[in-house]
Amino acid sequence: MIPSVKQPLSGWGRFPSEDCIVYRPEKRKELETIFEESELPHFIARGLGRSYGDTAINGGGGVISFLRLNRMLSFDEESGVLECEAGVSLAEIVETFLPRGWFLPVTPGTKFVTVGGAIANDVHGKNHHRDGTFGAHVLDLTLLTPKGKVMTCTPKSHEDVFWATVGGIGLTGLILTARVRLQRVESAYLRVDYRRLPDIHATLSAIQETDADYQYSVAWVDCLARGKSLGRSVLMLGNHAGPGELGSRKGDPFKVRAKHKPGVPFDFPGLVLNPLSIKAFNAAFYAMHPTSQGKIIDYDTYFYPLDSIHNWNRIYGKRGFTQYQATFPVGHEEGLIGLLERLSAASCASFLAVLKRFGPQGPGLLSYPFEGYTLTLDIPIRAGLLAFLSDCDKHVLKHGGRLYLAKDVNTHPDVFAAMYPRLAEFRTVRRKLDPNSRLSSRMARRLRLAKDDKA
Amino acid sequence: MSKNSKEAIAILGVTSSIARALAEEFARDGHPLVLAARDLDEAETIGADIRVRCGVETAALELDAAHFDTHEAFVEECLEACGNKLGGVVLCYGFMDAQVKAEADFVIARRTIDVNFTSAVSILERFAEYFTERRSGFIAGISSVAGDRGRQSNYIYGSAKAGLTTYLAGLRNRMFHHGVHVITIKPGFVDTKMTYGLPNLFLVASPEQAAKAMHRAIVKRKNTVYVPWFWRYIMLIIRHVPDWQFKKMKM
Repeated sequence: MIPSVKQPLSGWGRFPSEDCIVYRPEKRKELETIFEESELPHFIARGLGRSYGDTAINGGGGVISFLRLNRMLSFDEESGVLECEAGVSLAEIVETFLPRGWFLPVTPGTKFVTVGGAIANDVHGKNHHRDGTFGAHVLDLTLLTPKGKVMTCTPKSHEDVFWATVGGIGLTGLILTARVRLQRVESAYLRVDYRRLPDIHATLSAIQETDADYQYSVAWVDCLARGKSLGRSVLMLGNHAGPGELGSRKGDPFKVRAKHKPGVPFDFPGLVLNPLSIKAFNAAFYAMHPTSQGKIIDYDTYFYPLDSIHNWNRIYGKRGFTQYQATFPVGHEEGLIGLLERLSAASCASFLAVLKRFGPQGPGLLSYPFEGYTLTLDIPIRAGLLAFLSDCDKHVLKHGGRLYLAKDVNTHPDVFAAMYPRLAEFRTVRRKLDPNSRLSSRMARRLRLAKDDKA
Repeated sequence: MSKNSKEAIAILGVTSSIARALAEEFARDGHPLVLAARDLDEAETIGADIRVRCGVETAALELDAAHFDTHEAFVEECLEACGNKLGGVVLCYGFMDAQVKAEADFVIARRTIDVNFTSAVSILERFAEYFTERRSGFIAGISSVAGDRGRQSNYIYGSAKAGLTTYLAGLRNRMFHHGVHVITIKPGFVDTKMTYGLPNLFLVASPEQAAKAMHRAIVKRKNTVYVPWFWRYIMLIIRHVPDWQFKKMKM
């Protein structure tokens, strides 16, 4: 018998939370045993728990932690292709391969996600406009299907399963291993240009002007600014720096000085984050980042500013928070502006609102990004928030926009279905792979991702 | 493995999470490794992982601790795999089932004793021979704080580990005169498969933290080390509770 632990689990937003039966296998064979021997009705895989909402929680069922199935299997020094188990974290990949001149092809804003999670959520980063999603760099993956079969899928063979799994939030099978192509870099640093922009129109046109010249692009937006300043921002544009660009830094170009890592040892009381303190923070950030050129910043500070604060999700207090991310198609910028107006009018306090332009849609059936502008912000949970967000959801839908499964806690299934035209295809592939619904999650049931039974 | 300048280290029972982390510590120091486990596939997977991360050579061997008659051949295979350049061996495997099961079923009790104690004698004596001849090297054994005093909740496993602890103490004494170092490692609660889901655990260390401390202790040639270190004091107190009192307690 494989041991399990009953414990309350939530996503990174700490809302909602459910009691789950958690397995933590350490050997490949134990995974198969769990499927065969456990009496639980269904399971969902879980990595480092950085999805914000309810993708990786499964009340009344099992959760299979992949944290101990984190073995790297091979690496090709010529092509940069890494084969590893799904539990390997992006942090481990960076730690192992950056000193050898390789970096992640795509990274989200935290390195504490697993390869399995990055595929299942088809995560994106600041380079989406140029390099697409994480899934675009996966050569193949092996999947333990709910019927107990190990299946190798690539974009060419079993491509329906492959593209249902990329972005399929764990509902097609347990991802065992994957081969991912890393990108060559010449240092551990980025050369970053800042542009301070007075309003949303200036922000949007600056993004459009600069995207071709920078691999990485994201704007930090002061979402509390209103009126003429609505959408004022600091656009941060970066490219990997060559060894000759590092200036006074001598020695190994892949070496970054270790930083002190503070933590958040307890839940902050609600008072700490109030509209005033956040307004001050936003104003200070804006003031501190004038337009400037060629700043050399290490990868950790550039890509993962919050990773240096352990348990940063505690600053939003015991009730937790949600991260709201909406994308509007190109040509529907008025939808984005309308959303910003709603958020600033409601004083939806957020330390971090970011705006970026996505490149073209990838082939993942439930993959999130498509060509347009995406706005992301953290909102602490409070009374009335979910109703407010439901209104925002309708606004997003009306303007041809879309919400992101990795963040979602609240969307209505009909709204979700209208946002994802390929949902029916996804359900078809899933039905074939998992006729007895051995895989499920709170999100799968809430959004009726498995089948449209209106239950 | 002959091109490596450092001597190989053999890790017995590498599929435990502590052993895997400990193997990686030695690999980061540049030691080639011989990784042994009952599940050869898993030993090979862990070997691949260590090769990719650390760039050292590894060999994987099958070892079943309960099959004593295979041990002599295993030790020979092990020495062959590293070209007779073995610098040390760490015995990491163990077996623990619920105490009540071991009470009710002698097969489980016997397996607990065989794997944790008898097999150690069977295997480590052969390694001792090899190291005696070379007049160098180390033998490390992972015992347990459970062996420091018998408690009603875990005394069959505990007594097997007590046997291992005493065995290692004797071996240390004997091998000292041959230039070979023997270290006894006593982990407290570590977050492993063995403890996953057990109630009433406290001060639980991660396998990586535990492995770092163990590696440091081996390199510094400690004799007996508790991991984490404060378990020495917890066990000091537990050992000194008089029997007339201890027998009344529920531990």
